[in-house]
Amino acid sequence: MEFKLIILVVIVLAAIAVAQLMKLHSLNSKVTGRREEDIDLRVNNLNATLMLVFLTIFFGSLIYMVATYGKGMLPEPASEHGVDVEWLFDINWIIVFAVFLSCNFLLFWFAFKYRYHPDRKAYFFAHNNKLELIWTTIPASALAIIIILGLMTWNDITGKPSDDAKVIEIYAKQFDWTARYSGDDNKLGYSDYKLVSTSADNPNALGVITKKNIDWRIYELDNEVNSLREKLHNDSAATETYSAANLYKMEKTMEKLDRIKERVSLMREMYSGENDVDELAADDFIAKELFLVKDQEYFFVFRSQDVIHCAYFPHFRTQMNCVPGMRTSLKFKPIYTTAEMREKTKNPDFNYILLCNKICGVSHSNMKMSVTVGTQEEFDAWKDLEAGNATMAVADSEEPPHIDVELNYYGEHDGGHGHGEGDSHGEEEGHDDHNEGGDHH
Amino acid sequence: MSAAAHTDHGHHHKESFITKYIFSQDHKMIGKQFLVTAIFMAVVAVILSILFRIQLAWPGEPNSALSFFLGDKWAPGGILDRGMYLGLVTIHGTIMVFFVLTGGLSGTFSNLLIPLQIGCRDMASGLLNMISYWLFFLSSVLMLYSLFIETGPASAGWTIYPPLSIYEQTIQGSGMGMTWWLLSMTLFIAGSLLGSLNYIVTVINLRTTGMKMTRLPLTIWAFFVTAILGVLSFPVLVSAVVLMLMDRTLGTSFYINDAIVGTEILEQSGGSPILFEHLFWFLGHPEVYIVLLPALGLTSEIVSTNARKPIFGYRAMIGSILAIGFLSFIVWGHHMFLTGMNPFLGGVFVFTTLLIAIPSAVKVFNYLTTLWKGNIRYTPAMLFSVGLVSSFITGGITGIILADSALDIAVHDTYFVVAHFHVVMGLSAIFGMFAGVYHWFPKMYGRMMNSRLGMVHFWLTLVSAYGVFFPMHFVGIGGAPRRYYDYSVYEGFDGNQYEMIMDLNVVITVFAILGAIAQIIFIFNFFYSASKGQKAVQNPWKANTLEWTTPVEHVHGNWPGEIPEVHRWPYDFSNPEHEEDYVLQTTPLKEGEHAH
Repeated sequence: MEFKLIILVVIVLAAIAVAQLMKLHSLNSKVTGRREEDIDLRVNNLNATLMLVFLTIFFGSLIYMVATYGKGMLPEPASEHGVDVEWLFDINWIIVFAVFLSCNFLLFWFAFKYRYHPDRKAYFFAHNNKLELIWTTIPASALAIIIILGLMTWNDITGKPSDDAKVIEIYAKQFDWTARYSGDDNKLGYSDYKLVSTSADNPNALGVITKKNIDWRIYELDNEVNSLREKLHNDSAATETYSAANLYKMEKTMEKLDRIKERVSLMREMYSGENDVDELAADDFIAKELFLVKDQEYFFVFRSQDVIHCAYFPHFRTQMNCVPGMRTSLKFKPIYTTAEMREKTKNPDFNYILLCNKICGVSHSNMKMSVTVGTQEEFDAWKDLEAGNATMAVADSEEPPHIDVELNYYGEHDGGHGHGEGDSHGEEEGHDDHNEGGDHH
Repeated sequence: MSAAAHTDHGHHHKESFITKYIFSQDHKMIGKQFLVTAIFMAVVAVILSILFRIQLAWPGEPNSALSFFLGDKWAPGGILDRGMYLGLVTIHGTIMVFFVLTGGLSGTFSNLLIPLQIGCRDMASGLLNMISYWLFFLSSVLMLYSLFIETGPASAGWTIYPPLSIYEQTIQGSGMGMTWWLLSMTLFIAGSLLGSLNYIVTVINLRTTGMKMTRLPLTIWAFFVTAILGVLSFPVLVSAVVLMLMDRTLGTSFYINDAIVGTEILEQSGGSPILFEHLFWFLGHPEVYIVLLPALGLTSEIVSTNARKPIFGYRAMIGSILAIGFLSFIVWGHHMFLTGMNPFLGGVFVFTTLLIAIPSAVKVFNYLTTLWKGNIRYTPAMLFSVGLVSSFITGGITGIILADSALDIAVHDTYFVVAHFHVVMGLSAIFGMFAGVYHWFPKMYGRMMNSRLGMVHFWLTLVSAYGVFFPMHFVGIGGAPRRYYDYSVYEGFDGNQYEMIMDLNVVITVFAILGAIAQIIFIFNFFYSASKGQKAVQNPWKANTLEWTTPVEHVHGNWPGEIPEVHRWPYDFSNPEHEEDYVLQTTPLKEGEHAH
């Protein structure tokens, strides 16, 4: 408090002092007849000289910063294309620095050299077509080089991955990353956001499609709908009372979940025949860290559950947005193992990292995943260890409960009130109802 | 415009206090209203930026400035709340881009200078002009109000990408705060459109006798093209905003496809967040030039006047403005290289974006040639103009890196981007605005600003501005993503990098605070001089354009008598055929004199 008071007093005193100075200044101007627009040669020269001083400090600080931070900021690129990107950077830096230094030099030099002198008249020089043509064509040709080199590199980076590229899915949600390895078949199982489930019985964080997952999801949705219905219809008897707005909201939620359940049921229909949906997903495994094999090309597929995220691999010089409702992709090939990089950076604690680089919510800056690059043997060992911890299986739960959903999307659907399962699942519902109550508040 | 029109304006209505100072329809007063509002908004935005810079430099350390401004709610124990951090960043960006550099810059100087420099009594529609300001005022109030609501201001970034900006479950600020943001922006755009239409119509229709398009000062050309950009691009943002309001309130799915927000599964299907990005950047990129062109126009005039030399390549300068204006509409995709947009399309945007560098380079070379063999007088306005040319060079060339998708993939959304656009559009536009205020202050208030204070203000501002944004490039290349509350993620991974980022962040914040303090000098000078400054003479800078033929005291209708006729281009400085080193546009050509 005292501190604030002191600051306040200082500010007030400073304001008074400045006001007095200004008064003095205006009196002085009146006496000397100096006008604000008059050019005082001494002051003008001072400003002109300061231009040169500034130029020196400006360039000096640039040199200092390049020397201190220049190449040491991020370790050298750890991916194959990253090396190309770095090379392209260097070419561009040459042009950028040439333009930056020469133009800024000319600017501040002219600003100094052609400072006002009363005896001189400026050179009347309004235009010169030849000059203007020259400095249109020079940047144009420099840019042509930049564009051509840039697009060649861009096409390499975004081109088709090679056939032996391993496919990994990176799944983003607020505020963590999950990796899904495609397993031995190098094919990811299908996925759908409607199957995403955090239930204890059959968690399916990524919404991977298997026949079993579909059944489980229908079962869960059914339970949710029924528990909501229970709450709504037993309103008078319930100990809890809901506001009209809450009741309305619950009813709408129930109807919505019912519609989603129907869409899932349609999926069940779609995948009911002979197909490879289960096989594709069977060997997928998920992990909370990313382990890559050196010199192995990877093809990453990105999905997001909620908002736009961006998978940013600073050390591999690459990134790609993860957009809800869309699949994006990216490829790269790591070229140094973590151990090699630790040696290069002389930092025994160094680790690669995957960050989020698109504003995604309050914990945006905490959204990260550890990335390790190792040899094939190290990878196999890691994989076995992870498997031992049983965190990897995508569809490793017990058999789904029997569901006898009436697929009533063909017939008379009446907004979710006409189901008869209430009786047959009474016990389970009671249980789920309890859980749901906990979840919703 | 005839004498009849003049009497119509001059004698009919006696102005009351309210019609003169508040609901004024006089373009000069409206210009001043825009300026003062923008200064106030800028002060707010700068304070917001200092608050989040404090967090970035000394993360998690209790700070009395934070608790003073944000209280226990948003800075419990003097430590900035994570949500509020994003709110500060969002509102700082919004206010600076739209309220200060669009409304403030264009609104002030287009209003003040268009009628004065083309020679007409007022804007084509004084009423629309007045409504334009009051919409701007109202939207400013709403935006400021959104800082004070219970759930905090909009905090999804000034680019408000959905779904983050749509669902409260994903971030608190997307509740009520976002609603106010959208309403405020809708009003802002409405006001901006009314203004722009007015500027276009006025420039086309109301030029005085002899004021051919090729005799217009470059300021007017810049305002004219800016207004066209605004009219063509802002409506797209309105439609984006309206679609977003529908997604938020009616459950439509323009921007939503298969998402789960919080624990709630959404039904919305078939839309795309990328659609919003396209719509947003279709405004967003021309917006960069809406901000930049007026500043370039103002400084062209100031550089020429104070170097006592004609602007070099007048027609090339006009050509560059037009080329930049046109190209700015076909480059928006360079903000979206990494959104999953087709890489080939990305390549096309690389090409168009880099083309913009050509007219920009021409402008820089023309500035340099204008200074060459000049006779440079350093008024504060001239100093800021030199600052603008420097920041335009420095910020412009880093754009070459970002426009190149193959390089953008490494530095996209890092502090390199923040540094780039702050230098090229933030600094340049602010420098241009300062230059404009110092130069045309005598036309606004009939008084002079204190030039010594102006010089101190310039040098402190220049040094602190580069002190802030130069290191920021290095932070960005070092892999620091923007909109991060802190960089602790790097701590356990790459210690070297963490230390580097932290070191530079402290430097940046110290310079930011210095820069903010330097602005107090300006604000003091501005308000002090407006009431107590030295009385101005009619043409203090010995410039050529028409505004310096008006009387010092404002008259409604600008010229007490006939509107002057124009006989020459505005840049006859140090013309060897004339004794004086300036020739007013109203001076008839001498016998046998060659006109430009």
